[in-house]
Amino acid sequence: MSDRAVAVVRAGALTTVQDLGRTGHAHLGVPRSGALDPAAVRLVNRLVGNPGTAAVLETTVNGCAVRTRCAVTVAVGGAPCPVRVDGRPAAWGTAVRVAAGSVLEIGTAVRGVRAYVAFGGGIDVGPVLGSRSTDLLSGLGPAPLADEMVLPLGRPPYTATKGYVDAPPWPGPPDELVLRVRLGPREDWFTDAALRTLATRAYRVSPASNRIGLRLEGPALERALPGELASEGMVLGAVQVPPDGRPVVFLADHPTTGGYPVVGVVREADLGAVAQAVPGTPVRFTPVR
Amino acid sequence: MNAVGTRAMRVGERAVLVELAGGEETEAFHAELLRRRAAGTLPAVREIVPAARTVLLDGVADPERLAAELPGWEVGPLSARVGAAVGIPVRYDGPDLAEVAALWGVSVEAAVRIHTAAEFRVAFCGFAPGFGYLTGLDERYGVPRRATPRTAVPAGSVALAGPYTGVYPRSSPGGWQLIGTTDTVLWDTGREPAALLAPGTRVRFTEAGATGEGGR
Repeated sequence: MSDRAVAVVRAGALTTVQDLGRTGHAHLGVPRSGALDPAAVRLVNRLVGNPGTAAVLETTVNGCAVRTRCAVTVAVGGAPCPVRVDGRPAAWGTAVRVAAGSVLEIGTAVRGVRAYVAFGGGIDVGPVLGSRSTDLLSGLGPAPLADEMVLPLGRPPYTATKGYVDAPPWPGPPDELVLRVRLGPREDWFTDAALRTLATRAYRVSPASNRIGLRLEGPALERALPGELASEGMVLGAVQVPPDGRPVVFLADHPTTGGYPVVGVVREADLGAVAQAVPGTPVRFTPVR
Repeated sequence: MNAVGTRAMRVGERAVLVELAGGEETEAFHAELLRRRAAGTLPAVREIVPAARTVLLDGVADPERLAAELPGWEVGPLSARVGAAVGIPVRYDGPDLAEVAALWGVSVEAAVRIHTAAEFRVAFCGFAPGFGYLTGLDERYGVPRRATPRTAVPAGSVALAGPYTGVYPRSSPGGWQLIGTTDTVLWDTGREPAALLAPGTRVRFTEAGATGEGGR
């Protein structure tokens, strides 16, 4: 029980290892991947004394549980959720010292979707192309968590951890997403009416959303140009419009190229809230220059 | 040549999409970008992603300025690059080979000769890590995708669609016409570089049976 690792007791609906992503390889068809809510990752890492680039767990809706094989400082943030250590309530959003052999339980999110769990020393699975992130589109990085899987931890940071920061400010999960969007590069593939629709009408987060894209329910955007666009490079936050006219906002695991026209691009600063938006959340787009 | 017909569009806060007149111009412009990056005269960019008729530059500090500058660039010709082409031995045993030969109006043997005679170049990558879109076949040898994609195409399948040849790095669904199989590993994250084929790489396909290479 002295090795630096945690063993998965309950994997949860979808729990993956994530860091800040795998950039610089898009020209080879490698998605950037990485945590959907990078601000939350930086904060949980700071709370346990890790560099912001350390790998953490990203849970989806119903959390997960792990048994520690060593004493370790942990912090749970992102979506607010109950945290228990050996059945006893523990603090969310701040550093918690957990003894070796304990079960750390991250419960179902009270609000929001994705909780982030940092361990002192970070999750030390082998990096692939410079990142430990699980990429669900192309299957790079470690597999999603499964029961009984063992995750190695890195050496604990030298900095003192407990009480390093007591009560950091956490943005609450959104009641409504207001996404600032810069039109283009293919806004000329849409009618003026479609661009007005995008700027004025309400959409809702579809339950079909995932790490690849935020799917939306709402009015279809009508194309001004028929035909096909040759595949072109895609960026994080691209609002791609497939033939059914319902926009999809590309998130971390998005494909590097795509053939449907991109009407605009959502500001990166607005995408953290997208990671925490539950299905049914109202969405508005605000065009900005 | 001058970058005639070049259009640079802003994409979000940090990216520029350069649209070119055609595939050849795009490959030449991409090569020019790599030359300038190697020479240290290109502003820092995180990603340079070529595609069929565009090149995306992402992670640019001043996209407005770069977008204004790009269309005025002098772009050098797409020269044959120094260094040998990557050779990929292929067993021409694909289930669609006969159909492709029929589309070309030639015998199966002649189709193999056409494919092994061409010199290919990776125009761009996408679809999956390590999947390259290779140009080099004459225009008249373009083929349509299959009407119904296969749910599983085996890794190592050599395939054609439109003007492109590609090799599936791993098993995946796919709608391309399968003409052969290779044992060459296209993608291996345990190796440096992981991708055998990157944009700009020159490639030649050889017949595995004819040379004794790549047999099982």
